[in-house]
Amino acid sequence: MSKLEITIRGRKHSFQISRRTLTVIALLMLANLAAIIVCVGLGSQTIGPLGVIRAIFGAGDPSESMIVMSLRMPRIAIAVLVGAALAVSGALLQGIVRNPLTSPDIIGISGGASLGTVVFILYFSHVSIRFMPVSAIAGAFAAAFLIYLFAYRRGITPLRLVLIGIGMATAITAFTYMLILTASFTPTAVAVKAFTFMTGSIYGVSWERDVATLLPWLVVLMPVALLYARHLNVQELGDDVAASVGSRVQAKRTILLFISVALAGAAVAIGGAINFIGLMAPHIARKLVGPAYGGVIPVSALIGSLVLLLSDLVARVAFIPLDIPAGVFTAAIGAPFFIYLLYRHRNGAS
Amino acid sequence: MDTLLSTRSRKTAGLIVGFIILAAGIACSVAFGVTNIGWRTIVASYTDFNGSQEHLIIKTARMPRALIAAAAGAALAVAGSLMQGITRNPLASPSLFGVNAGAAFFIVTGSAFFGASGMSTFATLGFVGAAFTAALVYVLGSIGNDGLTPLKITLAGSALTAFFSSLSLGILLTGGQTFDQVLYWFVGSVAGRDMGIFGAAAPYMGVALIAALVLARHMNVLALGEDVASGLGQKTIYIKLAAGIVIILLAGGSVSMAGPIAFVGIIIPHLTRYLVGTDYRWGIPYCAVYGANLLLAADIGSRYISFPQEVPVGVMTAIIGVPFFVYIARRGGRS
Repeated sequence: MSKLEITIRGRKHSFQISRRTLTVIALLMLANLAAIIVCVGLGSQTIGPLGVIRAIFGAGDPSESMIVMSLRMPRIAIAVLVGAALAVSGALLQGIVRNPLTSPDIIGISGGASLGTVVFILYFSHVSIRFMPVSAIAGAFAAAFLIYLFAYRRGITPLRLVLIGIGMATAITAFTYMLILTASFTPTAVAVKAFTFMTGSIYGVSWERDVATLLPWLVVLMPVALLYARHLNVQELGDDVAASVGSRVQAKRTILLFISVALAGAAVAIGGAINFIGLMAPHIARKLVGPAYGGVIPVSALIGSLVLLLSDLVARVAFIPLDIPAGVFTAAIGAPFFIYLLYRHRNGAS
Repeated sequence: MDTLLSTRSRKTAGLIVGFIILAAGIACSVAFGVTNIGWRTIVASYTDFNGSQEHLIIKTARMPRALIAAAAGAALAVAGSLMQGITRNPLASPSLFGVNAGAAFFIVTGSAFFGASGMSTFATLGFVGAAFTAALVYVLGSIGNDGLTPLKITLAGSALTAFFSSLSLGILLTGGQTFDQVLYWFVGSVAGRDMGIFGAAAPYMGVALIAALVLARHMNVLALGEDVASGLGQKTIYIKLAAGIVIILLAGGSVSMAGPIAFVGIIIPHLTRYLVGTDYRWGIPYCAVYGANLLLAADIGSRYISFPQEVPVGVMTAIIGVPFFVYIARRGGRS
C-alpha cells in the first residue's frame, strides 16, 4: 500500500493520505488559482491575466493595481475564506448527524447568525461595525445551543438534531423577517441591507475589517477540524461501534459541533447567509476522494472556495452595473443539486 | 386516553363552546380597533346600511379582516394537523412545506417581470405559488422505496424554502421599485384585505375542510402506522395523497389571504390532542374552530400591543408560538 498512501506518524496522531487525494488537492488548488486570476481580471474594467499578476506583485500600472489590490482582491480573498469555512462546516455537520442532506443553513445555524446580524444592523447601528461579526457568531452559537439543548436527551441522536434544527430554522427566519418589517423606524435602505445580508453577499468587503476578522478563525479552526476528522471516521460506523473502539462519542460530537458552528458563524458574519455551499461541497469532495474525512475536509474547503468564487463572479459580472448577492447564484446551482441528491438517496442508501 | 374531554357529550360541548367563542371573536374583531364601534351600529350596517363612514369601515375593512383571520386560522390548524399525521413529525406545519417562500417567490416574480399589482392579483399568485411549491415538496419527499418519510419531506421543504427565498430576495434587491410593494408579503397580516380576497379563496378552502373531515376516519387508521394501516386494507398511498392535496389547498388559501403566518399549524393541533385525544374525527373540527379563534384573538391583540399602531398578526403568533414550539420540541424528544 505504500505506493498509494503517504503516512505521517506523530506520537499521538497519525495521518494517512492517499496519493489520489493529494493529486485532487493539487488540481483544485490550481483551479482555484486560475479562478482567482479570472475573477480579478473581470469586472466593469477588464484587466488581462498578465496585468493581474503584475498588479499582485506590485509591478503593474498604478490604477490597475489600485483596482486589483484594494477593490477586487479583498472580495476574492473573502470568497475563498467564506467558501472554505462553509464547506468544512457542512462536511463536519454531515459527519456528525450522519445525514448527507444537512448543512448549517438547513438546520438553522446560519439563520441564527443572520438573526444576530440583523439585530445588529437594526438596533446597534451606532456601535462600530467591527462588532457585527461578534453579533453574528453569537447568534450562530445561540441557535446551535438551543438546537442542541432541545435535541439533547441522554445524548444527541442525529435524526432529532435535524428535525429540531429545521423547525428552529423556520422559527428563526420568521423572527428575522418580522424584526426587519416591524421595526417601524426601518428606512427601506436598512431593510435592503438586511435582506442583502440574508441572501448572502460579499459586496464591498475590505482587508482590514473583513479579511482580518475572518482569517484568525479559519487559521485556528481548520487545523482542529483536520485533527478531529478521524473521530468522524469512527462515528460514521455508528454510535455503538464508535464507543466500543474507545471513542468518547458524545464528547467528541460536542467538540465537532462546536467547530462546525464556529466556522459557519464566522463565515456568515462576513459573507451573509450564503446557502447550499455547506451542502454541495462535501458531496463533491466525497465523490472525488472517497468518504474518509481526512481527505474530505481539505477537498471540501477547496471546492467551497471555487464554488463561491465562481458564483460571486457571475453575480458581479453578469448584470453590470447591478451587483447581485452571490447567495442567489449558490441557491440557483444548489437547489437542483439538492434535488438530485434527494433523488439519489431516495432509497436510504448513502 | 387521558384527555381533558373524555366523553362524547363533553366533546360536543367543547365544540359548541368553540363556536360561541368564534362568533364572539368575530364580533369583537369587528367592534374593537382604532375606532371602537358599538354593537348596534354593526347590526345596523347590515340591516339598515346608510353609507356612513362607520358602516363603510365595518363592511369593507373590519368584516373581511375578521373573516380572513378566522378562515386562515382554521385552514392553518387543520393543515398542520394533517401534516403532523402524514409526516409523523410533531413539529411539522405548513410553513415547512415551503408554501410561504413559494408564494412570495411567485408574487415577487409576477410583480417584477409581469407587472402584476394589486391585492387580489397577489393573492392569486400567492395561491398558485404555494400550491406549486407544496406539491413539489410533496413529490420530492415521497420519491424512493420507503415513500413519504418525515426526514425527506422536511429536508425537501427546507431546501426549496431556501431556494425560493434566495431567488425572491435577489429579484427584490435588483428591482428596487417593487421592493416596498411586496415587502409586507414576507410577514403575515390580515389587515387591509378586502372581501374579494376572501371570496376568491374561500370556496377551495371550504371544499378542502370538508374533505379533511371525510379523511379523518382514514387518518385514524394511518396513525396506527403504515404497516398496520396497509395490513387493515387501507391504500395508504391514496390517503396520503388525498391529505397532501387537502393540505396544499388549505395552506395555499391561507397564504394567499394572510401571507405567512407561522406556528398556528403547530400550536392548535397539539392543544387539540390535549383536549380530545388523537381521534381525527374530533380533532379536525376542533382544529378548525380553535385555529380560527387563535388567529382572531392574535389579530385583536395585535391592534393593542403598540396602540394605536398595529403589529402584523404574524408577529403575535410568533410571540405565542416560540415558547410553545420549544415545549413541543422537548416533549417530542421524550416520546
